Formats: sequence, C-alpha cells, structure tokens
Amino acid sequence: MIQYDTQSAKQTLDGAVPSGPLDEKWDRYQADAKLVSPTNKRGFHVIVVGTGLAGASAAATLAELGYQASTFCFHDSPRRAHSVAAQGGINAAKNYQNDGDSVHRLFHDTIKGGDFRSREANVYRLAQVSGRIIDQCVAQGVPFAREYSGYLANRSFGGAQVSRTFYCRGQTGQQLLLGAYGALNRQIGAGRVKMHTRHEMLDIVLVDGRARGIVTRNLLTGEIASHVADAVILATGGYSNVFYLSTNASGCNTTAIWRAYKRGAYFANPCYTQIHPTCIPPGGEYQAKLTLMSESLRNDGRVWVPQRSGDRRPPQDIPEDERDYFLERKYPAFGNLAPRDIASRSAKEVCDEGRGVGPSGVGVFLDFAQALAERGRSVIASRYGNLFSMYQQIIGDDPYKVPMRIYPAPHYTMGGLWVDYDLMSTIPGLFVIGEANFSDHGANRLGASALMQGLADGYFILPPTISNYLASAKLRSVSGNREFRDAELRVNADIQSLLRLNGKRSVESFHRELGHILWEACGMSRTRSGLLDALARIPALRQEFRDNAVVSGDGNALNMSLERAGRVADFIELGELMCRDALDREESCGCHFREEYRTAEGEARRNDDAFCHVAAWQYQGKDTEPARHQEKLAFEEVQLVERSYK
Amino acid sequence: MNLKLYVWRQAGRDDTGHFETYDARDISPDMSFLEMLDHVNEQLAVSEREPIAFEFDCREGICGTCSLVINGIPHGPEKATTTCQTYMRSFRDGDDIHIEPFRAQPFPVIKDLVVDRSAFDRILQAGGFVSVNTGNAPDGNAEAVAKSLAEDALDSAACIGCGACVAACPNASASLFTAAKVSHLAGLPQGRAERKHRARKMVAAMDEERFGSCTNHGECEAVCPMEISTRFISRMNREYLQSTLLPT
Repeated sequence: MIQYDTQSAKQTLDGAVPSGPLDEKWDRYQADAKLVSPTNKRGFHVIVVGTGLAGASAAATLAELGYQASTFCFHDSPRRAHSVAAQGGINAAKNYQNDGDSVHRLFHDTIKGGDFRSREANVYRLAQVSGRIIDQCVAQGVPFAREYSGYLANRSFGGAQVSRTFYCRGQTGQQLLLGAYGALNRQIGAGRVKMHTRHEMLDIVLVDGRARGIVTRNLLTGEIASHVADAVILATGGYSNVFYLSTNASGCNTTAIWRAYKRGAYFANPCYTQIHPTCIPPGGEYQAKLTLMSESLRNDGRVWVPQRSGDRRPPQDIPEDERDYFLERKYPAFGNLAPRDIASRSAKEVCDEGRGVGPSGVGVFLDFAQALAERGRSVIASRYGNLFSMYQQIIGDDPYKVPMRIYPAPHYTMGGLWVDYDLMSTIPGLFVIGEANFSDHGANRLGASALMQGLADGYFILPPTISNYLASAKLRSVSGNREFRDAELRVNADIQSLLRLNGKRSVESFHRELGHILWEACGMSRTRSGLLDALARIPALRQEFRDNAVVSGDGNALNMSLERAGRVADFIELGELMCRDALDREESCGCHFREEYRTAEGEARRNDDAFCHVAAWQYQGKDTEPARHQEKLAFEEVQLVERSYK
Repeated sequence: MNLKLYVWRQAGRDDTGHFETYDARDISPDMSFLEMLDHVNEQLAVSEREPIAFEFDCREGICGTCSLVINGIPHGPEKATTTCQTYMRSFRDGDDIHIEPFRAQPFPVIKDLVVDRSAFDRILQAGGFVSVNTGNAPDGNAEAVAKSLAEDALDSAACIGCGACVAACPNASASLFTAAKVSHLAGLPQGRAERKHRARKMVAAMDEERFGSCTNHGECEAVCPMEISTRFISRMNREYLQSTLLPT
C-alpha cells in the first residue's frame, strides 16, 4: 500500500490515506477494502507479538473472524502486560455529559495536543471509533465507574475542556486489559489461538520481501524456534525504559521493534518521548523505577511551589500569598489540566529556578487541601484512594494531610515503527499497533488516549486492514525456507556473543549510564551541543558494553541476566537514533523541546515550513549512518496555529 | 541497614532446593524490597556468581508478577501490599529475612523463587469471560447498571492474579481467585446470560488443576494485596450450587 519516490535520494513516504472528505475516509476505506471469505479465513495464519491491550484485542478479534492466530509474550501470562498499569482512564467522544464533545472535538484536541505532528486522517479515524470501544468494553463486563443513575461516569484529563474520560477507579488499564484478555482467553480455550507465554521475539523473517514469520527464544528452555505465518503483527509497546528510570514496567523493552527496524521497517520520530508530569520524584541511586501518580489527580489537586527560591519551609508553613500556583498562573484556561508536555516543562523550569521542593529540590507540590475542604475526605478517597495509599507506601507521607511531591518522569513514547493508514510498516505484511507504532499522537499524547489507541487499533482498525492485505497479497506457501534457518543462526550467534561477555561491569550499570546520558541530553529539554555530546558518548558506551559487561549463566535455561543484556544492547543503539533524530529536528514541538527554538514567552516554537513532516529512519547496516526519510503531513481540515492553552 | 538473607535456591523443577545465606549490606530504608534484592544480585553478578532468579514487572502493585514469601507470609509483612510495594523501612537493622517462592503443588518451582502460575490462565480460559464478539455491543449506556453493582463487581475484578491466596492457603485452594472472576461477571447484567455455565466450567477447571478445596481458613483474604473478600467465595458457591441444581 506504500508508494515510494525512488528517484530522489530522500524517499518521500506515502501514508496511503484514502481520498475523500476527512469524515468519510474510513467509511470509504471499509467499503472498498477487499475481504476474505469466511471459509478462506481458516487458511490464513497470523502471528501477534505482545498481548497487552492492542495485541490481545487484535488476536481475539482476528480469531473471532475465523483466522488462525499465534500469540507470543515474554510474560508468564498476558494479564501482566504493562497496559495493566494505566491508571486514569480512556477517552471517547460519547458526549454523555452534554458538554459539547463530538468526534470532531476529540480529533481536534488530539491533533492540537500532538502539536500538529500527527497524520490527520489517522487521528480522525481514532476519534470516530472511540465510542465503540466503550460499548465493547461495557459488553465484556468492564466495571466502569457509574453515577447513581446507573449510567457511565466521566472525568476530565489534560488538554481537554470536556469530560470524556471513562474510568475504573485508579485501575482502568487493568480492567480494560482483563476485558481483552478475557476475549483472548475465550479464543485460546476454543483452540482458535495458540498462546506462547514466556517467549521473546528476537527476529522477524522476510520471504520475498514480505514478513512471513518470527524467531523466538523460549525463556524457560532457551530453545530458538521459527514460527511461520501469512502476516506478523507487532504490539510490543513503547521504549521509555531507554531512560532506565521510567514509569514503565521493568520488562518493557524495544527489542521486537528494534529488530524489525534492523530488518527494514522504518522507525518514525524516535525523539518524541513523553515525560509525564505527575510521578513520584526520584530517590537514591539504587532506584529501579519511577512510579506514576495518575494525571486524574490534577482534576482536584493544585500544583504549586514557593514563590521564593530556596524556601525550605514545610508546605503548611508557607502562607497562601507566598505560593506560586504556576500552572494556573501561566495557563488560566486549562490551569492544572494543561497538557503533559507543558506541565512537565513548567515543573522543570521552577525547579531549575531553585524553587523545587523536597529533600533533593527536585519536585513540586500537588496539593489536595482545597479539594478536601470543599468536597470532603470521602469523595476524594473514592476518587483517588488507591493512589493516595500507594503514595504513602512509597514516600511515607499521608497525602490527606501533607501535599504530595511530584516530578516528571519518562512515561510513553509517541515515536515507534512507521506505519501507513493500514497500520502496515514499510515491510509488507508487518503490521504494528498500539504504542509500538508512531501513528496517532504526534509530538505529545494527551492523557487517557493510549488505552483508546491500543484498543482502537486492535478491535476495530487492524482487522479490516489486515484482511485487505491478506485478500490481495498472493502469498506462496513457506516452511523450512533458508530465510528461517539464516535468522535462527543469526539469533543464536547474537546470544552466544552476549554469553561470552565476561567483563567487570553489570549490565544494569550500562543501562543506568545510558539513561543518565539520555535524560540529560534528550529528556525534557534538548540542545544541539548536548545532543552532539551524547552522540559521542553513546557509541563509546556501546563499545565498552562489548568489552566490559558481564553476563552470567548459560543459554539453555531461565537466564534473566541474558535477557536483560540483549534488551540493554538494543536500548543503547536506539538511544543513539533518538539523539540523532532530536538533533536533526531543528524546531520545538510537543515533547521535543529544543532550547534554541522557543517563543518570546518560552513556549515551543515549531517550524512548519521545514519540519511539518514525520521523520522515518531506515537502517543501513552496522557501521553506516541510517537514512532519514520524510512523510509530509498535509492538513486538510485543521489550521496550523501556535498551540495555546492560556 | 545490614541484613542476613536466607534465600531459597533451586536449579530447576526436579532439583530438591535449599536455602543459601547472603549478606545484604548498606541497605537504605527507602529501598523497596525488590531493589534490595537487585542490589544483592548486582553484587553476585560482578563476583561471577549466579544471581537469584525472582520475578517482577510493573513494580507498582498491579501486574501481579512479584511472588515472594517473606518470613513465611506471601508478599511479606505489610497488609494489602504486594512484594514490590514493600519497603525496607518495614524491617530493622540486623534482621534475618527468609525468602521463599509461592509454594503450592499447582505452582511448580521453575527456578529459585520463580513459579509457574499458568494454571490460573487455564481456569480463566475455561469460562472467565463474556462471550461477546467484537462489534456486537449495544451503546454503553443502553442499560443502566446500579452504581452499587458496578462497585461490587470492581471490588472482585480488582484481583491481580498473583496467587498469594493459593500460597497462603493450607489446602492450596484457588477459591478466592476463581471466585473473584465468577463474582465479577455474575454480578453484572452483561455476564448474567452465561453465569451458570461459567461457574460450572471454572470450578471444574480449578479442580482439574489440582488446587485444594476451601475449608474457610481465611488466610487468602488476609494476604490478598487487593483485599478481595472471602464473601466472594460464598457467592461462587451459591452460583455453583444453582448451576448444578438448576442447570438451565
């Protein structure tokens, strides 16, 4: 479905967006898409790697349609996927609140939230299917919050002036995942899906230029095996753990999409990484992860720091007129519900000015005193009780009495493998869904939109697009081909070279150092000199990893040290690509904030003339620089304006 | 703080296993329990000894992966808290800490502190869902669901599938886990149509996996990080009884 302009040195990627008015494109696509007849569907076999929200919903839906599916995850159960940890909610343009919401408004909020760096037609389609996701989840028995009337309740999230977020206390992700996992379990129980847990995908296999299978390692036995299919779907999540400290689960990694990149799938906008404003601030060097405190807390919590720098008084001793509620001051129209990139940068600014709070001075207050006084403890407890107790377990303070301390942390990656309107990568037959692709969030994702996108892709968008592919691909039968044997040999050689690492430094220490380099150079704010410095340091780190890392144990049994080493090696390579992408994008947009490009008021300054495009990187070999291609972003409906939340 | 750890090491399923002793030195009370073990493992790795295998993922108490018995209690000393959310401030300098896997016949040890809990998945595959295909659903607000019913459903749906209930039960019963899912779906209008079938299938799957019976010890509720109530077991028993006495 992709056409390339192979004449020019720089390829121009085409997203293959259907023609017609924006609000009719998806309907027209579905009307024109090729179908596979019910009896022929059984003859097609698809592989789904990753069984979080996107992967489980896709696998279940494809199996319901009659396709044979094989699913793979590195966890012991699909229910452990990191989708489970999403707290706050899922957006949908239902307008149940009668507050002026519509498909068009959700579309517009998402495009603007992404700082006009996403593909218009994809975002419109996402908004269009959002309502059906809620219907589907309710039918599965997802226990969404309800009003006393018995109808569905909503709350607000950042970057929106309507209440369109559906939620299950502070565990929306877990409940939606259990719904998708239930649908998947039904198909596994019926024998229509073969589930492979504790398997890690280590390579994809191309035959005749099309994705025809994968190579996996059984994490319990070390067995390397090939799996053949007619199409491969990657639903393997994001790469925030490249920063070492992030809100992601320990196991989240880039390996599947990185290996696909090295087989020819383009990697789009790797520098678009979201730093979430409300996380528990970092503690000591030993720390292994940062814990998210849901953005929903900003419905009732007020963010502030002392007006005076160096003011170390406890919060209750700082009088009202000596506090700076900086989000309310700077962004009065959205206040504490300013979008994530803006809220994070503002928190960094006040800390850089010496007004940060807590023992390290890296933190701002999130204060519930006013909400508690106005609404009472029981209302606040019913909304955020589990988050308050989680905070108390970690920090030891009681948020009902003392304001929380929060600080931004890496949380989500908008970048990912490039896909066209069909969610197909530049490798025919390789589809990428959920956080693993780059498609819908531009340079910044709005809160409660990740769950929406994962389920939109899996339940409603991928099934018709993959059918369209399978109906027209004319695939020949493959099994035992040379391509599979070669891939297995490559994977085995990689594993053996990791097992030979016998130096003096732990794999974790390399990961920590990489994270530190990236957080400084490619985190909340970026500069040309900082990025150049990182681009010199990361290759040196990669070399030292090869010379001085230590991996224990052998390859024929459960070996977590080996698993981690492979993932960290991939992260080091990805980190370099992120910095390269951030360096070449000489503008500020959304989460990508280059200090050289800002407005007089210090906000992100885009350069639409030069950078209104997706940057998609093509791997060119181990010692060759990757090629940067562009997909022009054409906006038919939306006016490109300075993004303002004032 | 300095601590002495007695850690269960077991090379594989067929190995008999044994305790090994390790010193955990310079531990900060602000470390999580798993960060303390990371610290010990990093020392082991650089001294070329095999690190302790233990599982974890989200480290925020929701994925249900972490699974340690700490001083005899699944998930350790803090109430309503997973292992990953247990902090070293719960211990004192000089303490001895015994660390074991979740033990139960249906949860065979894979290595050290890692066990196989796939029996839980198989129970759910037998019927822990609503049989609704994608695209079938009516509007989400087509049917009102009393707030109390939705809240009650979420109280049981909150189960994170960690298996502490099984590890704590003298009978290694999976009743609380199974009951949580049966109750979640039986309590909602969307799950009603299949409730009898579901209860029968899931209870049969639980027995097939050789989990023990419930004899009302209540240890499961006491260690459950999500505080799932044993009243759901009564509910499951009612559902099961109805499904066998009045099968249609």
